[in-house]
Amino acid sequence: MYTAAFEYHRASSLEEAATMLSQIGEGAKILAGGQSLIPLMKLRLAAPSHLIDIGFTSGGSYIREEGRLLRLGALTSHAEIELSPVAQRIAIVHDCAAGIADVQVRNRGTIGGSLAEADPSGDWATALLALSAEVHLISPAGERTLALDDFIKDAYTTALRSNEVIAEIRVHVPDAGSGGAYICLKRAAPVYATASVAVELKLEGNVCRQPAIVLGCVGLRPIRVDGAEAALRGREIDDVALEAAGEAVRVAADPESDMRGSAEYKRTVAGALVKRALRAALGRARGEIVETSHLYA
Amino acid sequence: MPDEPAPVTLKLKVNGKPCALTVEPRRLLVELLREDLDLTGTHVGCDSSYCGACTVLMNGRAVKSCTMFGVQADGAEIVTVEGLEKDGQLGPIQTAFAEAYGLQCGYCTPGLLLSALQLLGSNPKPQESEIRKAIAGNTCRCTGYQNVLKAIRLAAEHMAKG
Repeated sequence: MYTAAFEYHRASSLEEAATMLSQIGEGAKILAGGQSLIPLMKLRLAAPSHLIDIGFTSGGSYIREEGRLLRLGALTSHAEIELSPVAQRIAIVHDCAAGIADVQVRNRGTIGGSLAEADPSGDWATALLALSAEVHLISPAGERTLALDDFIKDAYTTALRSNEVIAEIRVHVPDAGSGGAYICLKRAAPVYATASVAVELKLEGNVCRQPAIVLGCVGLRPIRVDGAEAALRGREIDDVALEAAGEAVRVAADPESDMRGSAEYKRTVAGALVKRALRAALGRARGEIVETSHLYA
Repeated sequence: MPDEPAPVTLKLKVNGKPCALTVEPRRLLVELLREDLDLTGTHVGCDSSYCGACTVLMNGRAVKSCTMFGVQADGAEIVTVEGLEKDGQLGPIQTAFAEAYGLQCGYCTPGLLLSALQLLGSNPKPQESEIRKAIAGNTCRCTGYQNVLKAIRLAAEHMAKG
């Protein structure tokens, strides 16, 4: 399939890419790994008249822990994050990177590209919203840092201005005694999930503190489930609490029926996934090594 | 939008051979391989980043060549299925696929071979789960995958012996 025709521009740095965006104006789009953008362009859901390729810049791919902050260059591929011992220390980040699509897509796709696309079925936004994460943006006018929750506006809609480029993703490293998990139900590896759940919590003794529960694929943007968090906060997580969290998730999910399943099916899946994710997160918060993987059905 | 976007000249090394191409930017890597370089071993299956029939190695890493513009591969080293044989002899992964009946119609096979090559290049003794994960992006409609898994295990044995 051919995409619509476009003029190709190669930026030598992210700063130059932002300048090109300003100069070209309407119709210009950034190309990173292309794993989201090229499929959209082939379907002509996107038809930018100019592509600015940032894949040949250097220095945009890195994973660093500085103090309590994990800093990820926007051009870091999912595969680099999957294989990074530093990123592995935050379970949700590793779960997310290792479970995205397949090897080929993880080799090319970037964390910045995934967030910029803001597909409601994308993985990174849902996973990172359960942590405290920020997106650092640059433009010819300067730079700014937004909480990820303020960055993701709606389906395929972010707070990016027309001359801005994502430079870095910053994730606050959770406190000791914390644990998290990110689990999807997928029909096959290369497709978007039917439903996804990210969970992060902290244990003091057996008491749950600071729970964060976020759902993906079941609304126009990731959904933070206050009701499920309230069912867990300040108490021991037993079967009763897990059931209550699952029910709150079922109620909060707002899916559409489509080829991946009916709305009712997706609500049920999300409710089941949150219980699995919570059990994994609890084990990890207690220091156990808990392997998780997405479920395929 | 201009009617005819400016063509772009790029250099590739394909199966060890340097080549230069001048292409329209929207043309996909798989189209350059098949149509301009006449390397038709790389197949187009779904053309939508699902099936992995178009998998090639770029700088040692498996990529779906239907989901890359050719211009993105400028300066890269590409390995296609044509690059797996040496001096007219099949490479060890190809031999293992033949011996273990790791294919039926063969359409998906070039992609599976390249995915297996990335795996075995970095992990010479993969666990079963690691093999499954490595080929999760390659769809095969014939074999049911059992003989593909056998073939990759056999390839690992062949390669260990040298």
